[in-house]
Amino acid sequence: MEPAERLDNNHELTLQDLPYIIRWREDRCTRCGQCTAVCPVKAIEADVFSQRLVSSESNTPVPSVARSVIHVVKQVRDIDRYCTGCGTCALVCPTVAIEPEYNPHNRFLTFKNKKGEPFTRGGRRNDPSTSTLDKLKFTRISMLTDPALDAGRHEFHIRTLLGRILPAEKLPLEAGNSTLTVKKDAFIPPVREIYPIMIGSMSIGALSPPMWEGLAMGVAYLNEVENMPVVMCSGEGGMPPSLLRSRFLKYFILQIASGYFGWDEIIHALPHMKEDPAGIEIKYGQGAKPGDGGLLMSYKVLKLIAGIRGVPMYIDLASPPTHQTKYSIEEAVAKMIQSMSMAWGFRVPVYPKISGTRTAQAVLNNLARNPYASALYIDGEDGGTGAAYNVSMDKMGHPIASNLRDCYLDLVKQGKQNELPLIAAGGVGKSGNLAANTAALIMLGASAVAIGKYIMQAAAGCFGNEYNRCNLCNTGRCPRGITTQDPKLYRRLDPDKVAERVVDVFKSTDIELRKIFAPMGRSTQLPIGMSDGLSASEEEIARRLNINFAC
Amino acid sequence: MCRLAAITSNEYFSPMENILALNTMKEGHDGSGLGLVLKNLGGEFEGLKDNPILSAICSEKGLEIMDNYMESLGFYIKHVWKPVIRNSPDIPRHDHYIANVYEYPKAYQDRSFKDKEDLLMNTRLTLRNMGEADSSIFVFSFYPDILTLKEVGDPLELAEFFGLDNDPLKAKIIFAQGRQNTNYQIYLYACHPFFIQGYCTMTNGENTAFIPIKEFLESRGNPGYMGYNSDSEVFSHILHYMARELGYPLTYYKDIVTPLTTKEIQGRKDRDAVLMLKAALRPLCIDGPNCVIGFTPDGTTFMLQDSKKLRPGIVGGVKGKYSLMSEECGLDRAVPERDKTEDMFPMKYDMVIVSPDAREVKVWNQLKG
Repeated sequence: MEPAERLDNNHELTLQDLPYIIRWREDRCTRCGQCTAVCPVKAIEADVFSQRLVSSESNTPVPSVARSVIHVVKQVRDIDRYCTGCGTCALVCPTVAIEPEYNPHNRFLTFKNKKGEPFTRGGRRNDPSTSTLDKLKFTRISMLTDPALDAGRHEFHIRTLLGRILPAEKLPLEAGNSTLTVKKDAFIPPVREIYPIMIGSMSIGALSPPMWEGLAMGVAYLNEVENMPVVMCSGEGGMPPSLLRSRFLKYFILQIASGYFGWDEIIHALPHMKEDPAGIEIKYGQGAKPGDGGLLMSYKVLKLIAGIRGVPMYIDLASPPTHQTKYSIEEAVAKMIQSMSMAWGFRVPVYPKISGTRTAQAVLNNLARNPYASALYIDGEDGGTGAAYNVSMDKMGHPIASNLRDCYLDLVKQGKQNELPLIAAGGVGKSGNLAANTAALIMLGASAVAIGKYIMQAAAGCFGNEYNRCNLCNTGRCPRGITTQDPKLYRRLDPDKVAERVVDVFKSTDIELRKIFAPMGRSTQLPIGMSDGLSASEEEIARRLNINFAC
Repeated sequence: MCRLAAITSNEYFSPMENILALNTMKEGHDGSGLGLVLKNLGGEFEGLKDNPILSAICSEKGLEIMDNYMESLGFYIKHVWKPVIRNSPDIPRHDHYIANVYEYPKAYQDRSFKDKEDLLMNTRLTLRNMGEADSSIFVFSFYPDILTLKEVGDPLELAEFFGLDNDPLKAKIIFAQGRQNTNYQIYLYACHPFFIQGYCTMTNGENTAFIPIKEFLESRGNPGYMGYNSDSEVFSHILHYMARELGYPLTYYKDIVTPLTTKEIQGRKDRDAVLMLKAALRPLCIDGPNCVIGFTPDGTTFMLQDSKKLRPGIVGGVKGKYSLMSEECGLDRAVPERDKTEDMFPMKYDMVIVSPDAREVKVWNQLKG
């Protein structure tokens, strides 16, 4: 006898358990098959249903019943092939016959642990609520006592500094009667004047060739044509050898992380470098997934990637969550900063990147005492990643706003707020407000911000959002061709268009930043720490950040 | 907006000259206060150049507290100047307006001037702390050859209130500010000019970068960098910090408060130093509209504008007497005999510097250095 559970599908999931439900319109569908072909997870498939049709052809109802077989597009209920809501089906459908709809009643996380494997994904924290950064407003508006500036007419210098800045008391200056001269042979830590929005670390390997190339071209264009010194971080995994030996290297920050991938190639290229890189970033943590290391799946390790990283093809490349050589911040981190500085003759700023944490101030204070530490990069919990455990992404980490503010005020207490620049990241532009989030972080004390997820969305149309949409970066099946090494997928992405969009984003954001700074009467220097310009829409946030509350 | 009237001369003159100049600019201030700082004093102070003068306003109780405290430190009064007050219905009178000239405590008489300066500043700060909560003591300056007068009200009425029109009080450098009360309550400590250890500034403007500058100054570890009841007080402290603490020549004040772009700095001979300053003192960049007038201990006076030149400011005069004013009508009142074609309207890159005793005036251009 057939067991009951087989008959009533009792051990299967319902569509209502899944995060997205496909809305398919039979009347519009031409059965072209494009949607099923393009679905990156095979969540939909062609199927046949038996249909009972009742019709009448006489003047009075004389119903006749016929059965026919019809072709349908059906959503599968297998959790391994759950609809991610990416919407690629809707993108290709010529008759607007299909689209995924978010199902707020889903119980996806309850079931997504088959074979004892927790849910892993890419993207950022699945929290669609309004972020703290989006609850901040600029409320110090210059009016009649201090005339507002004109964003379109006045000069604005939206630039920041990356590097350890000597305090005035320690500058090697000699005062004559009327001029200051610099003492000979004095060591001056390297400082770069850069645009205050950096493109954060995303590796070649995590990103497809056209995506990385598009970003790099956009950055080069911004520097060389638009005169905007935007810098971009390589991410862990090195850079193409030709780029390392090119004059464009000065627009890039090289990242070294716990796997040291790509550094064999970098070290070999050192004697041939025409320019120094913009900086060296030592990654100790990532805001999106504290405690989770990096992992480039074997199917992404193709010839190009393997070559750049100096590893065999088709093997998993795991970066441990921690640096294996790191046993204390006082020694190991200091040594690493010093080694990296030494490799470029102390001409390149070297700074660590950590994930947002309640212990950030301990790191900060250690770096403040280390004269070679060039900055501290704090990556908040709303940052993105290519691959991580869902629990690490959703539940681990610290929001950037209060973490940054605490660190800045700590530096203020020590009088070192201008010596060690703070770089803030993690959720900048999460709701599309890149300029506003940037300005808010600057006024809370950041010298610069970094973006990753935002630029993927804005420049290449990344589908991911905080409703767990798409988030397939880890699978190598990115439907936009952004985080994949599969030529069939990444050929969808035109690097020139990505570069164009990068330029669009920075130019428009620059105008928006002027639109924020102008009515606040700021134009000559970045308003770092100008906390009286900010208000929070919630009293608790205002109190925590030590800013005004406005309602 | 406030209105500013500064006069520097090689001869002693009365503060009434500044006040009458301020009065011509009356449309630009609302009579909410007057601040006067006199340097290189003449008259009864002429023979007391080396003795510190404590300029303060006190209640009866405050005076007693102050006298006791000064005595406990070993300061002995050598001379007392008090304005002869003519009461006015519009001016709420405080009990005592004083300018006491002291002899240094014995233990300090042979100490360096720098040590003496620190003693004077710390004494002033302590007195301020003692009397601020109950408004029993307001102390504005405690320094040799410097006298400060401040009060709430219309400048001309205040001049009559203090009897300045009949008083032989004279000086060679006098700064006056007619206050336009804006963001802050009418408060004596918010009234320009601000003075600290020989450096003085007054400002017509609004400092939009106030908070980062204030936080930077407060974290320098200098107890004198406090107060900030007005966002303009930071201008004095920046001047003091860069000139006294860091030892930079005066023109770098302009480079610090209104830094050039990196590209513009490339045209300067001292570009390496200027680039370093721009980075190291990044939080001291002022923004917003500001015309700053100041003097340094040697008697040099100057005027500079913000980097957009959003406030009025004019310098003119004759050899031996120059005036730095908010408006031309003030200058006409102060030095009518000058050649008007020589008047200077400093623009965004300019710093007009008048040498001590008003010997000469020059315009220093920031682009050229």
